[in-house]
Amino acid sequence: MSTLTGTGTLIWFILRRDRVRLPVWIVAITLSMMGSVASFADTYPTAADRQKRADVLDTAMAQLFTGPGYGLDHYTYGAMTANELLPFTAIVVALMSIFLVVRHTRAEEEDGRAELIRAGAVGRHASTAATLAVVGGAQLLLAVLLTFGLPASLPDLSTSGSLAFAAGLAGVGLVFAGVAVFVGQLTVNARTAIGISSVVLAATYLVRALGDMTGTGLAWISPFGWATEMRAYVDVRWWPLLLSGVVTIALVAAAVQVSARRDVGGALIADRPGSPVGSRLLSSPLGLAFRLQRASLFWWSVSLFGLGLVYGGVADQAAELYEDVDTLDDYLTRIGAADPADQYLAITLSISALIAMGYAVQSASRSRGEEAARRVEPILAAAVSRWRWLASHLAMALGGSVILLFSYGLGLGITRAISTGDAGQVPRLVGASLAYSPALWVFVGIAAALVGLLPRAVGATWALLGLVAFVGFLGPLLQLPDWAYDLSPVDRIPDLPVADFTATPLIVLTAIAAGLVAVGLVGFRRRDIIEA
Amino acid sequence: MTTSAISVSGLVKTFGQTRALDGLDLSVATGEVHGFLGPNGSGKTTTIRVLLGLLRADAGEVSLLDGDPWADAVALHHRLAYVPGDVNLWPNLTGGEAIDLLGRLRGGIDPKRRQDLLDRFDLDPAKKARTYSKGNRQKVALVAALASDVELLILDEPTSGLDPLMEAAFQDCIDEWKDEGRTVLLSSHILAEVEALCDRVSIIRLGKTVETGTLADLRHLTRTSIAVETERPVTGLDGLPGVHDVRVEGRRARLDVDTPQLDGVLRRLTESGVRSLTSQPPTLEELFLRHYGDELAANSVGAEAGEPAGDQS
Repeated sequence: MSTLTGTGTLIWFILRRDRVRLPVWIVAITLSMMGSVASFADTYPTAADRQKRADVLDTAMAQLFTGPGYGLDHYTYGAMTANELLPFTAIVVALMSIFLVVRHTRAEEEDGRAELIRAGAVGRHASTAATLAVVGGAQLLLAVLLTFGLPASLPDLSTSGSLAFAAGLAGVGLVFAGVAVFVGQLTVNARTAIGISSVVLAATYLVRALGDMTGTGLAWISPFGWATEMRAYVDVRWWPLLLSGVVTIALVAAAVQVSARRDVGGALIADRPGSPVGSRLLSSPLGLAFRLQRASLFWWSVSLFGLGLVYGGVADQAAELYEDVDTLDDYLTRIGAADPADQYLAITLSISALIAMGYAVQSASRSRGEEAARRVEPILAAAVSRWRWLASHLAMALGGSVILLFSYGLGLGITRAISTGDAGQVPRLVGASLAYSPALWVFVGIAAALVGLLPRAVGATWALLGLVAFVGFLGPLLQLPDWAYDLSPVDRIPDLPVADFTATPLIVLTAIAAGLVAVGLVGFRRRDIIEA
Repeated sequence: MTTSAISVSGLVKTFGQTRALDGLDLSVATGEVHGFLGPNGSGKTTTIRVLLGLLRADAGEVSLLDGDPWADAVALHHRLAYVPGDVNLWPNLTGGEAIDLLGRLRGGIDPKRRQDLLDRFDLDPAKKARTYSKGNRQKVALVAALASDVELLILDEPTSGLDPLMEAAFQDCIDEWKDEGRTVLLSSHILAEVEALCDRVSIIRLGKTVETGTLADLRHLTRTSIAVETERPVTGLDGLPGVHDVRVEGRRARLDVDTPQLDGVLRRLTESGVRSLTSQPPTLEELFLRHYGDELAANSVGAEAGEPAGDQS
């Protein structure tokens, strides 16, 4: 087939370019899964321990963060793995697909490198095919490693159950590879493609969680549901995997249809002409930073506002089932006894703060992206100091973090105020959400310090965020030691609205963030401007 | 104000093991158009980036408009404009927006001049930058730079993407710029452009200045090609000083002469009765080839590592 000419060569090319990146993804996921299940034996040595854990989770609220809860009545290690590890890991696997696919399809086109490739004896669909082959291959390799690795770490896990678990993950990975390939046809901008794909990820995850919470069949319209509904380790059924396969093929086919009709470098949504003159906004580095980041900030705010509306809307339901449970050791010792609805709200606040950290890191890293793309040169060759330029981008990250937390708190507060009839919930929850600002600022500070001192290592901030998210999502399950929580800025923030407000941790975190930002600014003033 | 807009001596810049600049000297007088020549990877862009305060010099003296380009960057940048060789713009900003942004950040832009330049370079400012070709991106940077009221222009291969018509428009602009008494540092590969525009040139290789002077000065170092037809076959040319590559075919002869030895050679030719004679003045091309000729290969080996700021992805 002539449209696929050159696919083989491109596969090798992608493997060459990602010879570090791919193994890092695969090894990190495999080892963290193996480590997690291995710790089960120590943390939950007896069936009674596991059953106690299951009782905690037998609530609608828990299902926002775990799977639908198959096997809770006989909570084996396998049931625990499928119920509690699968959803979080599925998010990571989906992100892996999105990042890798966009990197090798739309990003290549946007940077004009695809043109060079396509000018060779290379078929129209060869890049897409090669990308899917590599990403699909990576997902399958991951599945194989997990199928044998999980039973090796915890012999109680069956190989066939592990196969179902791993296959479910691979299914999610493949669907999101399809999503990213398709979204890559819609927009000319790689960052937008990642953004839209991530919104699809968040929305489908939320649909799955709400479906399981409410006991409706809603989970069945989400790829995450197809993975959890395979009931790995409990009562395995294979056919949900078919849904993942069919949807992946449909998405790829749709992408191929669009791609066959469009220009190289073009997209379904065409560029419109813009303004021939610069608005007054474009008169300062801060104006430019705002202009470059405003779309991203807008969509993040809207998404978090929507998330707040949903989480706030189901708070009563979550709390109702929550009240029945009397063995809430884990969550309660962290949070302290209080109104169940507030406990639930407190947990969603810390989760949303983790999500908003994604913006903080993305926005703070943007300055390095501008430098690497050689767009900082003309700015610094004008009468703009380095301090001012970097501070402008960091201001967007610091201020944007506050706006996102405000949006989430507002959404949460509005639906909570409607269901309780108490308008005071709005300021109360907005305030509780804003309390997380210093935690986000710390991450802005880490990225800023790296920009100033080790610009090529700014990406490491994402790895740190991954660790903090790991602690946040899986910490209670793995019963991580206290120091793990202590290192996470999110867990340093008092659990409002349940716990008492104390200003000290906020002040300390703000001071740390300020110190890191200062290090970044000073470092950036002293070093050479370096690309790539 | 002194008469030197740029003064660099003994400039050294290393990237890891690579010595990108190895004691470079450069002197640009106020009001002159100075050509900056050298093969790829010879250190032109690195020098310019030091002059802009983007890189910090490891050793040597650098003075730009009587200031220190690293310490006084912001103050100095009010007085200069820069056009990079590889213009990277914000994909979702239009050309017009980028021009206004860059102009304003430099301290203001003259709207009449801006419009005039847009017309002359035939640039549509309403298009998003991602849809621009390389030439159009270069025009954006040129318009932004030329519409600013500054003393010094630093141009890094500014016309590599322009077509001949636009190249002519560019040369007109630089001529006007020069007439206004402003200074230009023009790094270029296009020798015709340098010959047409520059008062003086500096040639660098492997991070060192190998030649500097007016075009007339440098031509002294080159050969003139002569084709001559005589009444009697010429003899004895080979023995003359400064004569190279003699080919005699009957009464026709072709030879190259070191320009300072031209007089003696012409005397010898007229002894044989000159019927017709054509001579070609040395071009910068030849100057260039003579400097790099056999050493181009050696230089291109060092070139990749020599400018790490280059085009790795």
